[in-house]
Amino acid sequence: MTDQARRQVSSRLLITVIAAFGALALGDVRAQEAPKSIRIGYVVSKTGRDAPGASASTTPNYQMWIKEVNAAGGLMLKAYGKRVPIEAVEYDDQSQAEEAIRATERLINQDKVDVVLPPWGTANNLAVGPTLNRHGYPHLAVASITDKAPEFAKRWSNVFFFLGMGSQYGEALVSTLEEARKAGKIGNTIAMISVADGFGVDLSRATRNVVEKHGFKLVYDKSYPPSTQDMSPILNEVKALNPDAFIAFSYPPDTFLLTDQAKVLGFNPKVFYAGVGTALPGYKKKNGASLDGVMGPGGVDLDSPAIQDYFKRHTVSAGYEPDRWTSAVTWSSLQVLQQAIERVGKIDREAITREIKTGTFDTIVGPVKMDNQMYTNLWWVGQWQGGEFYGVAPKDKKGAKAPTIPKPAWK
Amino acid sequence: MVLTDVLVGGLTLGGLYALTALGLTVQYGVARILNLAYGQFLIAAAFGAFVLATRFGLSPIITLFLALPVGFALQWTVYQLLLMPLVRRTGAGPALETDSILLTFGLSFLVLGICVAAFGGDLYSYSYLAYPVDILGSKVSANRLVAMVFAFAMTAVLYLLLTRTRLGTAVRAVAVSPRFAPLVGVDVRAASAIAFGIGGALLAASGVLISMFLPFSASLGVVFAMKALIVVIMGGAGNLMGCLVAGLLLGFVETLVASYVDPGLTVAANFTLFLLVLLLRPTGLFGKTVR
Amino acid sequence: MSRLTVVLAGLGACSALAIATAAPLLQGGDYWLSLGVTLLQYGVLATAWAMFSGPTRYVSLATAAFFGIGAYTVAVLGESMPWAGVLLVALGIGVAIALLVGLSTLRLSGVYFVIFSFGLAELVKQIVTWYEVNVTRDVGRHVFIDISQRQIYWQLLALLVSVLGVWVLMRRSRLGLALRVIGDDEVVATHVGIDTSRIKLMLFVLSAAVMTLTGAVLAPRWTYIDPEIAFNPQISFQVLIMALLGGTTRLFGPLAGAVPLVLLFEVLSVNFPNYFLILLGVTFMAIIYFVPNGIAGLLQRVMRHRRSV
Repeated sequence: MTDQARRQVSSRLLITVIAAFGALALGDVRAQEAPKSIRIGYVVSKTGRDAPGASASTTPNYQMWIKEVNAAGGLMLKAYGKRVPIEAVEYDDQSQAEEAIRATERLINQDKVDVVLPPWGTANNLAVGPTLNRHGYPHLAVASITDKAPEFAKRWSNVFFFLGMGSQYGEALVSTLEEARKAGKIGNTIAMISVADGFGVDLSRATRNVVEKHGFKLVYDKSYPPSTQDMSPILNEVKALNPDAFIAFSYPPDTFLLTDQAKVLGFNPKVFYAGVGTALPGYKKKNGASLDGVMGPGGVDLDSPAIQDYFKRHTVSAGYEPDRWTSAVTWSSLQVLQQAIERVGKIDREAITREIKTGTFDTIVGPVKMDNQMYTNLWWVGQWQGGEFYGVAPKDKKGAKAPTIPKPAWK
Repeated sequence: MVLTDVLVGGLTLGGLYALTALGLTVQYGVARILNLAYGQFLIAAAFGAFVLATRFGLSPIITLFLALPVGFALQWTVYQLLLMPLVRRTGAGPALETDSILLTFGLSFLVLGICVAAFGGDLYSYSYLAYPVDILGSKVSANRLVAMVFAFAMTAVLYLLLTRTRLGTAVRAVAVSPRFAPLVGVDVRAASAIAFGIGGALLAASGVLISMFLPFSASLGVVFAMKALIVVIMGGAGNLMGCLVAGLLLGFVETLVASYVDPGLTVAANFTLFLLVLLLRPTGLFGKTVR
Repeated sequence: MSRLTVVLAGLGACSALAIATAAPLLQGGDYWLSLGVTLLQYGVLATAWAMFSGPTRYVSLATAAFFGIGAYTVAVLGESMPWAGVLLVALGIGVAIALLVGLSTLRLSGVYFVIFSFGLAELVKQIVTWYEVNVTRDVGRHVFIDISQRQIYWQLLALLVSVLGVWVLMRRSRLGLALRVIGDDEVVATHVGIDTSRIKLMLFVLSAAVMTLTGAVLAPRWTYIDPEIAFNPQISFQVLIMALLGGTTRLFGPLAGAVPLVLLFEVLSVNFPNYFLILLGVTFMAIIYFVPNGIAGLLQRVMRHRRSV
């Protein structure tokens, strides 16, 4: 070999050796930095008035997700080249906003969790919002509906709303009714009741604002206190007015009562829409075939194999079916979180938040992309048809079924 | 709205309110113990009925008759085991009221915790006797009618028990004058325990009955406890007739307001009625002046 | 009490106060700060509660009503007025309602008053809800006031110190003597010429005013306030339990009840989230059995033992 060639070989050799050592050293350092586990904390309502909602839509999803991720070895953190298992920390907020705040602070400051999953309920999510924002944790607010979502999104750059706004539910419902009216299936009278709480007030206001625009008349427009134990005075009033559509923005106990008492009183409007609770598996179990035609918020595309598979796994994992509104959305939010973490490759909350804000994700409800920190490709109206709660509006969404109007008489 | 609808609606709702408060008025009136765990035990009975009906197919009516002795035994035991030490310690004076409030408050958490551990926070509901009954042209659900009839029947039975039996007289003696009852040979402790037990039988029966038509969850115990307290105090603590009348009044007012005024004001109207009654009659509708 | 004891007690109180004031300045203690806020909140509420219910022996469940009035006033006016102004308005409303309610104490007593006060709190909630649902059509209020947790802490601390101060001053005055007579035997009090009605009313209003301020101070913490949250009856019960547990006749009695209970709640919910309620119930009942004269009474017995030994 010439001197020059020898020098080239030896310098290349030297560089290769140095590079190899460097890679080994760096690789070693990276492997040492890989965390033993990813701590994920969450506060949910296990007791108190929010417990039924949380146990239907939120808690079983969180538990199933953590179980499945760990069964696969954990979340894939490509920065360390390995899967890291999840270690879960769970607290009960007892349906108190105060407790939700403190438990979240405990998770962040004492338990030093890497990720916080959100609580159930609008009040709880808004209560923990400032805390999560202050500490820079991505906040995927799934089980919360607030018309002020755009304002919150501006205030808290780390919050994401997954269940839409009351105005969207109201508008979609009345539009669906308008189509039925134009097709000659129903007249133009609506009787509306709402529970005297945030949900009821928001959605009834949204509906009230658009009924005239769509050519309807409100013949009854009242609210009732939550935990009312007898809905028959209201139902008797409404029945006497003989409206074409009956809309109730109700909570699960009232939804159950309204259905029971409407059956007893023989109240059979052409459209029967009830609020939260229509999508619960307990509602289906109790009412069985007599549910046909009942409408409510939410819906699922049960023709989708991904959804069918999710339902099966949820039933095995939790012992009961998911609800047909928030559950699937909750699961898809977890998928979004997982994919965002795995794309970033390590626990860098700022990067994860950025990824959620801008990326497109593949989930059981289809591709998810945030629009100004809101996910709005939701089912606004669903209806029980043939024993399942299908999505009815928006009617051009994949999996939408045509609504059955008028509703068949109670069986 | 048809007047019969209001009448029948008020009666059934009032019957429900009276029913859920009967047990408490007996317990408080005789044993002088404000049982804050009352509502929680009532819900526990509802859960029991649910399990028996859905998992074992047992008719809630049978559960109802089972609930009476079981409820009696449970509350009687609660009195003897948990409340007796307090009675002994305080000598059944005003300190007993304070201590028993505190203790039953703790007890309610315990029972709530057991319900939650067993059933979670979910909403439970099943249907029984959910067919319409036509009364004077007004349709009412059969199960609510049963609850109302039971309330009236139980008031009558209790009244007879308290006025026509020796045991009843002893219990009434304790209710009227716990300090001097021993002078006529009445065992105050035993009578109080029995009264507590009777209250327990009633609350268990109420729990079974309401489970037939009201969706319930573990945290509903507090709501029932509060409603029962309102009815008991409004009617006059310890007075059966007062309890029934107060319950019926509240049921009627609620139905009237829901039908003719605004359903959103029903609870406000009830509380206003309650407050007015107390201001006009400071010891309840039929209550006696304070000992 | 000997002069030495007084001086020591005074020094102890001052240093405790200094520590309490400086505590939030430590870094990384967001969770402890939050716990501190809760301790102060219940400490103030329990002491205010005992200020009325201790001497008069009227057990009130109206705490939630006044707390809620304070919180809700902030929710409604918080962003349109300066902070001090909002507090004043809340105080005004609370005092006005307290005057109305307090007048009822002249008619009722015993358990009837207890449930009456509860019914009143619920009625206030219902009226506010109805108004919001039907008139303003906006039930949930969003509160975006910029007040840090530290500032809430310090405000509550100032409130606690003021309440304790008022209590001490009251006891040492003629009013305090009158209160003791009323507490022992109201009939005797009236015969001696004490205007029991006016005193009861005044105490009730004072107690309610403090509760209203507490609610107002705490409101900025929650971002979202609706009548259900603001007028939560749980607060009434918890405050009652804490004050009764600690002892309503001694100055630090309510605090002696509030602090352990808040800590107990916290310890149990952190370590046993699934069996929290059962353990709470059992622990509670155990306390009632083994601490018959309230915690303050227990401490006093212990101190008496020490002195005799």
